[in-house]
Amino acid sequence: MKPFAYTRPAEAADAVAEVAANPDAAYIGGGTNLVDHMKLGIAEPTSLVDVRDLLSHRVEKLPDGRIRVGAAVPNSDLAAHPEIREHYPVLSQALLAGASGQLRNAATTGGNLLQRTRCVYFQNRAMPCNKREPGTGCAAIEGYGRYNAVLGASEHCVATHPSDMAVALTALGAQVRVLGPSGERTIDLPGLHRLPGDTPQRDTILEHGDLITAVDLPRLPLAARSAYRKVRDRASYAFALVSVAAALRVVDGTVEDVRVAFGGLAHAPWRAHRAEEELRGGPATEEAFRDAARAELADAETGPGNAFKVPMAVNTLAATLRDLSTEETS
Amino acid sequence: MTSTLEPKSMGRPLTRVEGADKVTGRAPYAYEHPLSDPLYLHPVLSTIPHGRVTAVDTSGAEALPGVHTVLTPGNAERLADTEDREFAVLQSDEVSFHGQFVAAVVADTPETARQAAGLVKVDYERLSHDVVLTADHRGLYRPVEDADEGPSADTAQGDVEAALERAEVVVDHTYSTPTEHNNPMEPHTTTALWEEGTGHLTLYDSTQGVHVVRASVATVFGLDPERVRVVAPHVGGGFGSKGEAHAHNVLAAMAARALPGRPVKFALTRQQMFCLVGYRTPTIQRVRLGADRDGRLGAVSHDAVEQTSTIKEFTENSAMCSRWMYAAPHRRTTHRIAALDVPVNFWMRAPGECPGTYAAEAAMDELAHACGVDPVELRALNDPETDPQSGSPWSDRRLVQCLREGAERFGWHGRDPAPRSRREGDWLVGTGVASASYPHMFNPGSVAHVRHDGDGRYEVSIGAVDIGTGAWTSLTQIAADALGRPASDIRLRIGDTAFPSASVAGGSSGTSSWGTAIVAAARAFRDRHGDSPEPGAEASASAAEDTVDEGYSIYSFGAHFAEAWVNADTGEVRVPRMYGLFSIGRVVNPRTVRSQFLGGMVMGLSMALHEESYRDPRYGHIANGDFAEYHVPTNADVGDLRADWLDEEDPRATPMGSRGAGEIGIVGSPAAVANAVHHATGVRVRDLPITPDKLLR
Repeated sequence: MKPFAYTRPAEAADAVAEVAANPDAAYIGGGTNLVDHMKLGIAEPTSLVDVRDLLSHRVEKLPDGRIRVGAAVPNSDLAAHPEIREHYPVLSQALLAGASGQLRNAATTGGNLLQRTRCVYFQNRAMPCNKREPGTGCAAIEGYGRYNAVLGASEHCVATHPSDMAVALTALGAQVRVLGPSGERTIDLPGLHRLPGDTPQRDTILEHGDLITAVDLPRLPLAARSAYRKVRDRASYAFALVSVAAALRVVDGTVEDVRVAFGGLAHAPWRAHRAEEELRGGPATEEAFRDAARAELADAETGPGNAFKVPMAVNTLAATLRDLSTEETS
Repeated sequence: MTSTLEPKSMGRPLTRVEGADKVTGRAPYAYEHPLSDPLYLHPVLSTIPHGRVTAVDTSGAEALPGVHTVLTPGNAERLADTEDREFAVLQSDEVSFHGQFVAAVVADTPETARQAAGLVKVDYERLSHDVVLTADHRGLYRPVEDADEGPSADTAQGDVEAALERAEVVVDHTYSTPTEHNNPMEPHTTTALWEEGTGHLTLYDSTQGVHVVRASVATVFGLDPERVRVVAPHVGGGFGSKGEAHAHNVLAAMAARALPGRPVKFALTRQQMFCLVGYRTPTIQRVRLGADRDGRLGAVSHDAVEQTSTIKEFTENSAMCSRWMYAAPHRRTTHRIAALDVPVNFWMRAPGECPGTYAAEAAMDELAHACGVDPVELRALNDPETDPQSGSPWSDRRLVQCLREGAERFGWHGRDPAPRSRREGDWLVGTGVASASYPHMFNPGSVAHVRHDGDGRYEVSIGAVDIGTGAWTSLTQIAADALGRPASDIRLRIGDTAFPSASVAGGSSGTSSWGTAIVAAARAFRDRHGDSPEPGAEASASAAEDTVDEGYSIYSFGAHFAEAWVNADTGEVRVPRMYGLFSIGRVVNPRTVRSQFLGGMVMGLSMALHEESYRDPRYGHIANGDFAEYHVPTNADVGDLRADWLDEEDPRATPMGSRGAGEIGIVGSPAAVANAVHHATGVRVRDLPITPDKLLR
């Protein structure tokens, strides 16, 4: 681990100015991902700017009914918040499906969105990786492929985004509030994370110095009946092979509204617009759920290590919507 | 064979004598011994699987403040004896596997050492490599055999091929298990101190055998063993991987000798443990069973294909379990290994018996299914009267009792044998059974020392090691009964070569071997000093050579039961219940033995569902070599686990009446889980681990 400077500015604007001025500076929140990277030698910031105390730790209801989640709200607090549990169960479930209790206590909302892929080649400095070292190649494409992307990947990168929370936020269409060197702006999810293309080193559209200050949840009655289903290799503490965030409203056997996002399939949380279109106005049957999932995965490209993800995603979406529609009836 | 000790302290659930020290942090592990002015070592590992180091540039590392030395093949001391090539650390420019030591930095702090190691630039000449084991690998050979001891690679009785030809029912399948890594919680750690004036080398080590490590290190450095001291009062697990010295012991000692008077601390990172401290070879096992329609076996054939390294041979004796498990007139077992450009494989959690029994007991389940015979009764039907290999009588074989009583206690009966016959909501539910056996291992040569402190209090010393199994406690109990005193009068001293020589904590042999030595020493003491010894009276003795009754085949046995739930949509597997009933002779300490059984069963569950080291064929490294991706069960994966044992003693095994207990918990349990998954789903996964993708429909 390289020695580094550590500061704790009092104001967000000071933090932004400090990081913007130094291309090798990084923000640190919970540190649950960055510190690992520093130990592994795959991140070597010369300066860490701690933003945990200057960002909001509060979950507040805005006058227009939206919920504002401060970027420093710990994952465990957000998951347990009564407003979230009642009106956005998909988000609470997604948070609780991630990491471990200890990590959720430390990890922040902003940091969770910005965690980097767990691709085993990205995390190993001895391996080629275009995300870590552009131009060196992608060892994952022909390698250990269990977690590789099946949607939206490129010849340069097949990494998947590891966050569960971000999948739920993507289904909900949350807005990310960002403070940058030139002021504040908002980004609608799924617009924050990008597909790898030929610049996989960039996970998001953020520029150096941009700081996530909050996440706003839209007023979305549909979300009261929502769920997160994560399929993984053990019961806890593993990254998703496939995950589904879904919200569903069925009226008289017809899908009136639906939101779906997938995790584990792509470089970014994957909002399933195509599946949603197929479902909306159609019958709430298992067959329709399966057809919609297949439509979403029609363009999937797989290798021997990850071909299972297509049937797993289809089954998992169908099961999640089946459970939501059954609850609806009962 | 001598008379069995009267159990007064033995058999009681004494709490761990070192428990309070452990939970209050006072029990020092290898990295934690309070030593002044320590230095820290961080190694540089090869990033190619085969080739030569052509240049090592240490300038960047040496320029870093706080760096004391950078060891390379160019400046490392020449070792006295490198016949064991695993120990030939930094002795040449050859690279024999990905992750081999090619340099090491010693610095003031662990952070500086790690940073400096990252600045060492190593150039290589690559040679072609081969790291992939296949069933028909061109390099497969019959392992070299030790004529005097050690098992034969192959056995044959009768005519297996003809018997299979005429059998009414034949099961013929190939099962595979992947590369698996031991992963004890405490990483392999050595703190080494070389005192130049006296020529003494001290290693505070995380090991399963202090005398074993001393012997290796003394040989490698050409030192008088009396000048090498190895200390290991507490060890956070080994599971076989700490059963012998490994290259890191040599590297730490080498660094200490380069920096006399300063302790050098070296703890491997989790990632480095996937390269340097042993692992279980992948296995490819073909099992053929020939039986009549009722399930009575006529032929058993078990052929194992495995790997070893190019620098040191180790054979995983996977097919051996089929030599004694079931009766059949025609039988054959073989082992073939291929030497690949991979790290040295070694003991891991019941080496041989564990993967072998998985394959054999999965095949028995397939036979039960094919014959329509209850899996418990199929095993009972084929239970041999005498050892089918040697013809010797069993000292005490109660496998059938374990199976039948276990079935009763687990709630086996009333099970619909048809696969996929029970469903609970979205979950398919099944149950499975498997037998377990493990040979009684006794390592001769351990010596114990007894000294009377006065007032009926005794100090009992032996260079044994407690790797978390409970040896501190169970040896105290054995000593108490051997000396006719309560356990509170015994002051046990272990974990140091300053105490008399003791064999390794491995192969379920520790309690048998050390306990027998303690009993011998106590008897020698009482013979010499009578019932009213003076304070300071002492005696030493080694375990008698004829401790184990040679006329008998002596094994521990057990029966495992598991219930598996498989999600019909996603293929996720949950195992809410496991039950094991064991026959291990006398139980010295029910509390610590239960803990070992449950630990073994969790590891069996882990092997069945989770563990797999993926070796990348292109680079030769383990791609998923950390705890994020090398999965072991979490608490949420472990359900209602129960272990019981039969009330018995086996005087033919040890003077305590006990047999080995350490490994029987993991032998068979993977097969019980796999068989339950088949019963739940109708899908027979023959390649472990059983991950959700393999069960997707």
